[in-house]
Amino acid sequence: MKKANKKTKNNSITDTKKSNKKQTFYVVISSIFIGLLNGFFGGGGGMVAVPLLEKVLHVENKKAHATAIAVILPLSVVSASFYFAKNSFEFNWIFYASIGVFFGGFIGAVLLKKLSGKVVRFIFAMIMLFAGLKMVF
Amino acid sequence: MEIWLIVFGIVAGIFGGMGMGGGTVLVPLLTLALGFSQITSQGINLICFSFLALSSLVLHIKNKLIEGRFLLVIILCSIPFSALGAIMANSIDNQILKVFFGVFLMILSLIEFVKLFNKKSI
Repeated sequence: MKKANKKTKNNSITDTKKSNKKQTFYVVISSIFIGLLNGFFGGGGGMVAVPLLEKVLHVENKKAHATAIAVILPLSVVSASFYFAKNSFEFNWIFYASIGVFFGGFIGAVLLKKLSGKVVRFIFAMIMLFAGLKMVF
Repeated sequence: MEIWLIVFGIVAGIFGGMGMGGGTVLVPLLTLALGFSQITSQGINLICFSFLALSSLVLHIKNKLIEGRFLLVIILCSIPFSALGAIMANSIDNQILKVFFGVFLMILSLIEFVKLFNKKSI
């Protein structure tokens, strides 16, 4: 009986170590992609960050989205400084677009509770598909 | 021009606020509808998102929605690659970057369609 208990105890510690190693592995690999997407495309890191947090690190959905923002903010600042260094931006553009995005975010958060998620997702997917096609061809 | 920037910002913000990528809507709107260069659109998106993220983050921290475990690891591992990505984006031809982005959008849309399909079947 004592031997069996000892075995289970050791196994659970090894299992935790194994799962931690696995998680660390996925975290490191995913971080590479999150960074590359953010830098190369100026966005899209969340597409990897949220699933990483939810599925590998077992973070609950709302927390995953919030934490993804916490990750992507410093990344965006780093990327943006390189973009700034090599391009000229009119501050006007940034100002007006930011105002729009700010209010849009507000509206979006309100609509989230009212509109059907599926319909909006479908519209979103269609917009991306057509925009993508137009950009390629 | 200014009005369009606000309008497009609102549209992108709405999608972003609903938990889908706002940048993936804003960048094509800027490039395709307003004629900005691809790199400029991406840069504007990065900066706009940074402001939005900052304000959201304050609320999230207050509401204790930030998961601290692995957070620093993820940030530290990804920063050098975001620098690398940014340098690469700024080194290639604008048209090529646009095409890459377009392919990226198509892949993302496919992923969204798959997600929708999976949910519907349930």
